[in-house]
Formats: sequence, C-alpha cells, structure tokens
Amino acid sequence: MPIDLLMTQLSPTMTEGKIARWLKKEGDTLTSGEVLAEIETDKATMEMEVVDEGTLHKIIAAEGAIINVGMPIAIIAEEGEEVADDYQPASNAPSAPPAPQETPVAITQPTVTAPTPAVATVQPSAPTPVVNERRIKATPLARRLAKQKGISLAAIRGTGPNGRIIKADIELASKRGINLGIGNLTTQPAARPMPQGPLPYHADEYERIENSMMRKTIARRLSESKQTVPHFYLSLDVNMDRLMDLRAQLNGAAGDTFKLSVNDFIIKAVAKALVDVPAANASWTESHTLQHKHAHVSVAVAIEGGLITPVVRFAEQKGVVEISNEVKELATRARQGALKPEEYSGGTFSISNLGMFGIKNFAAIVNPPEGAILAVGATEERAIVDKGQLCVAQMMTLTLSCDHRVVDGAVGANYLAALKKHLECPAGLLI
Amino acid sequence: MAKITYREALNQAMCEEMARDDRVFLMGEEVAEYNGAYKVSQGMLEKFGPRRVVDTPITELGFAGLGVGASMAGLRPIVEFMTWNFAILALDQIVNAAAKMKYMSGGMYSCPMVFRGAGGAAARVGAQHSQALENWMANIPGLKVVMPSNPADAKGLLKAAIRDNDTVCFIENEINYGDIAEVPEGEYIIPLGKADIKRQGTDITMVAHSRMTGFALLAAEELAKQGISAEVIDPRTIRPLDETTILNSVRKTNRAIVIEEGWRFAGIGAEISARIMEKAFDDLDAPVARVTGKDVPMPYAANLERMAMPSVLEIVEAARVVCNRA
Repeated sequence: MPIDLLMTQLSPTMTEGKIARWLKKEGDTLTSGEVLAEIETDKATMEMEVVDEGTLHKIIAAEGAIINVGMPIAIIAEEGEEVADDYQPASNAPSAPPAPQETPVAITQPTVTAPTPAVATVQPSAPTPVVNERRIKATPLARRLAKQKGISLAAIRGTGPNGRIIKADIELASKRGINLGIGNLTTQPAARPMPQGPLPYHADEYERIENSMMRKTIARRLSESKQTVPHFYLSLDVNMDRLMDLRAQLNGAAGDTFKLSVNDFIIKAVAKALVDVPAANASWTESHTLQHKHAHVSVAVAIEGGLITPVVRFAEQKGVVEISNEVKELATRARQGALKPEEYSGGTFSISNLGMFGIKNFAAIVNPPEGAILAVGATEERAIVDKGQLCVAQMMTLTLSCDHRVVDGAVGANYLAALKKHLECPAGLLI
Repeated sequence: MAKITYREALNQAMCEEMARDDRVFLMGEEVAEYNGAYKVSQGMLEKFGPRRVVDTPITELGFAGLGVGASMAGLRPIVEFMTWNFAILALDQIVNAAAKMKYMSGGMYSCPMVFRGAGGAAARVGAQHSQALENWMANIPGLKVVMPSNPADAKGLLKAAIRDNDTVCFIENEINYGDIAEVPEGEYIIPLGKADIKRQGTDITMVAHSRMTGFALLAAEELAKQGISAEVIDPRTIRPLDETTILNSVRKTNRAIVIEEGWRFAGIGAEISARIMEKAFDDLDAPVARVTGKDVPMPYAANLERMAMPSVLEIVEAARVVCNRA
C-alpha cells in the first residue's frame, strides 16, 4: 500500500503548516531520519524527517502551500511498490482552512501539483475554520514517558497499530530532541546546528571538555531566554553609605551570632520593593500575566561547572538575619550539589551579584519564567556631586534586566526607584 | 540429580509424604490394584497397604465426600480423580463442602486435603474428556489451585499441597505425565503462591501454566530467532496468584500475553490480563493479548483437535502483534 505522508503537527498550537522547501524530489529514495521537507509552523520553521522509508512517489503540496494538519502532502511508495496512476490519498474530506488575512496572496494561492479532491487547498472565501481536535492515540506507557520527558504527544507520529504512539516513538523523539512540550522549540536560527566541519583550531591546542547536563541546561535555557524574551535594561546608582554603616554596626554588635553581607540586605530590599511595585513581580504566559503575591527571590550562586539559583521563599516576610542564614545554608548545599529541585525552582525574581569580583556593572539574562533579574555591581568609593559639592561616597550600580512582555519601562523604573529608597534608608529593612 | 518422569515425580511426592505422615492416604478409582489409570500410584499399594491406598467405586461425589469427612476428622486425604472432567460429578463436595467448611463452621473444622488428577486435553479423547476447568476451581474462595508444568515442579508443589492446611485442587496434565527431567531427591518443597520465571527476557512477558508453559518456551525460542526477547512466567499456583512476579516482569517488558489451554471466556487469561491492566496500566505499551483454546467443544478428529488447541505458531504470532512487529 502506498503511504500517505500527512502534514504533521509540529507544535502544540499548530493547526496548519506551510511547505517552506522540499529537500527531496519525486523519485528520490527516502531513508529514515533524513530531512524530507522544511515546514513553517506558527512558531518556527521545522524539519520534517522521513519516518516511512520508500520512494517519494508524488509531491501533492508544492512549496508555499499551506496545508491543514492531518492532510496529505505527498505519497510514498514502499520498496519495490508500483503505485496505481489513479491512487488517491485516503484522507479525510477536505476542510478548507481559513485564509490568513495577513498572509500574502502568493502564499495563500499555492500551486498544487496534483489537484486531487482530498487536498486542502486554501480558498480565500473559506468558511469558519475547522479546528483539528483529533484525539491522540498513545499507549499508557508512552503517555507517561512523554510527560516525564516533557515531550508533546502532538509532535510525534505514532508507529503502533492505528497510528498509536508507543514507547519506541517517544524514545526516538527524545533522541532527536523534539522537546516541544517545555517550550524548547528550536526556532529557525537555532535550528541550524554548529557546522560540524573542521574547527579552525589545531587539535593539540585545545582540550575537549564534555558538556555536563548542567552546562547543557544553562546553554539551552539562556539561549532560549536571550532569543525569545524581549530584554531591556535599566541602570541606577545607589548611595550605600548608610547601609554600610548600618551593616558595620549590626555586625559589630553581633559577635559570633551572625555576619550580614551586603547581599543579604539587597535580598531584603529587593523583596520589599517587589511588595511596593507588584507589577515588577510577574511572569508571562500566552494567555495571562501572572502577578506573584510573594517575593520568592532566586539568588545566583556560582558552583563548580556552572551556576544555580537557590530560592529564598517569602523573602518579604523574613528578617535580614534569617535571610542571611538561609542563603548561607543554601549556598553551602548548592556547592555540594545537594539542593532539592524545589529549592532552586519557583523563584519569581532573580539577583545576580558580581560585586565581590569588583565588577562595576553588567546586564544579566532574564531567568524565565521570571520577569526580571537584578545585576548587582561592586560597592566602591566614588566621587559624586551632592548639593553642588563634590564629595566621596560608597556607590553601587544596579542594572535591572526586564522581560518587556510583562515589565514595561516605567514599571521597571518605579521598581528601581523603590529599591534605591530601601537601600538608601536601610533602617526600614530592619522593621 | 535423577532424571524421572512427571508421573514418577508425583508418585515420589506422595510416597515421601505418606512415609513422613501416617495421616496421609490416597483414595480414588483404580489407584490401588491397577496402580492408577495413568500409573501415577505405581507400587503404592504394595508399599503402604490397602488401608492407605484405597480403590473406590465409580462414584466421584461419594468418595470426594468421604475425603472431606476424613479431612474434618483429622486425616489428610489425597483424592485422585481419573481426570478433572469426572470431578464435575463431585463439585458439590469440592465447592459446597470442602471450600466452605472452615468458613461455615466458624473455624471449627477445616479440610486439609488434595483433590488431584489430570486436566486439559489429552490426545483424541473427545469433548467430554478434554477440558481445562481450572478457572472453575480458581473462581471459588476457599480453594487453592495448583498446576505444575514439569516433573520437578510436580514433586515440589504436590508435597507442599499435601502439607497445606487448606483444600488444594492439584491439576496435572496427561500429556506431561511422560515428560522426563531432573527432579531433586528427598525434601523438595515449592511454596504455593510462588510463580517461576522459566525464561528471562526483555521485550514481552508471556504468562503460561501447565502444558502451555512448554508451548510458551518453544514460542520464546522462535521469537528469539526473530529478535524478540520473551520472558516466560509459569504462575504454578493459579490461586493464590503470584501477581507480583507477573507485574514486575510487565514493568520491565511493557508488553504481555497470557496463554492458556482453556476457553477464553472468563478464563485464567482474562483474570491475569485484567490484573495487569488494573495494576500496571501506566507500564503498558500495548494491550495485553490472550492465546486460548478455541470456543468449541473439543473435536475428536486429530486435525481439528490440533486446531482447537493453542499452538506455538499462534503464540509467536500474537507476541509479534503485541510487540508491533506483525
């Protein structure tokens, strides 16, 4: 039997796809895993790989055609098989998809090489869209594995009976890195892997260090953030004289009971400012903006081979000493690799402090799904002008990186102003 | 270790238990003077005398009742049915008396006894003599059902059944009586309720009991040639069923097939596949399949009889379907 190659659902929200490019032509032999075509979805251009081996008998949907998910785009002949001239793909009746108004006419009027009735060509006067709500058949085991691995079943083609998704399909998808379920959709530029040709370095002039899981996660999450989150940056100088005095007084009186760091005060001030400006304590989702009720502050901690962000929960309710002890304890266990997942996830706002390295200022990358991250520079003596007088003060530069989808410029500025107020009148942090 | 037949292993188990415990005795049609219809009790009359190896009239209900009474009075009878087809006549004693005695007497009486004999089809003995009725027995609370698939299991399980303090339906297989294999000598006891993994595998779990265990092992050989690694589990005790061993295997292989000689409707396979569905649902990568006897009275003609029975080929094909390799 000839195999009908259908438009696959390549993202959870995809209802139709555009044939960006055929990489195989009619008559070509198809080997499993080869790239057959590039499909433009609502999110990105994705590669469609060969699953059923054979020969590409006929291309039904030409380049530029927009085809509904589940509709045939080509016919594959199995090895040695003759396909009858009058063979028609055995697909559903055509449900004409809506003509996307914003799409140029050249694309909504695809040239279809074989105008069989079953092919869904795009009609400009199309009726109401038929949403493709097909039930995905998958074995209980496949569903469980997909959930564990964060793979969207919608992105997978089942090879079991009646197109059922089975364990092997999940394993294959996992191996190929289809990871749509957790938003790791490879966008077009990212889909181009690093050229695997010879590197412009002599092999004896570098050491190959295998990337750890942590390294890969950092690379993936931060690439994703920097490429998909619209960042903007706000900087502000803070006079730290009073806070440094207060800290010295408190530490001097504490004896051995505690030792507060500048960062402990910053965490407390960050949390208080989030209460003052709750709009800055927010996360983006497609349908809603989540405005958090508490300040769960992620604190970036450098550890062997990377970094991790343990979370100080309900920081707005905690005292500076309590925060200080908690951060010390979390950081110690972070360096031992002994943090539990719930201890480094669920933060609503991050702090990255490179002040101890003497860094004056820097811009951090937003840590999704958080809406902002504060980059803290060194506290240092600088010459400032105060009421027309040149004088010396201990200054610190803060840079807030915001996800513009949830935190606008004015919100970010208000937030930084509130933060500055708390840091410059630090007695309030002790209340 | 000596190689002996399945029937000799049963004989050895009974002789050892009768020598150990003088409350144990054997009763049934042709068990004494004729040495047993299938020669399972060969030489036992000579060894233990007519008080302990007792020929009965052809009255299944009658001598089953005698056994129930003897067990209530403190003896440990082994009641042999020539085959389990004839035990149908004795069901009132098995189901209404033995199985319920402990319950209905409030624990004052129990029936520590063994009903044993051949079950399943032999070779061309017709519809009335070719039935696998283990699911009837296993359906009754108060009965244990034990079915050995090889000589060593036959010995170890029968000794455990005789020592058990409840009523045990011990169902042998006539075709297996001549099978020869190594059997441990002396005290060799296999606890009831413990399944045995007859072959390790990774791709599919095959659960089969009695004669079908051998069929499943042959099918596993063939599947191995086709690149499918099958694990074969023999429950050995149908009730109580060792579901832990079965479920652990399914959690490893994610696929299962149950094979039985009996009919499909409400059979042992129905019970086992339901338990797998209930307790290992999230581990299943395919529906559990069953290979069973065909839904007809057993034909007398040899060719039709073969077709009515599960075959190794059917097991192989069913396994391939379950493994998505059909």
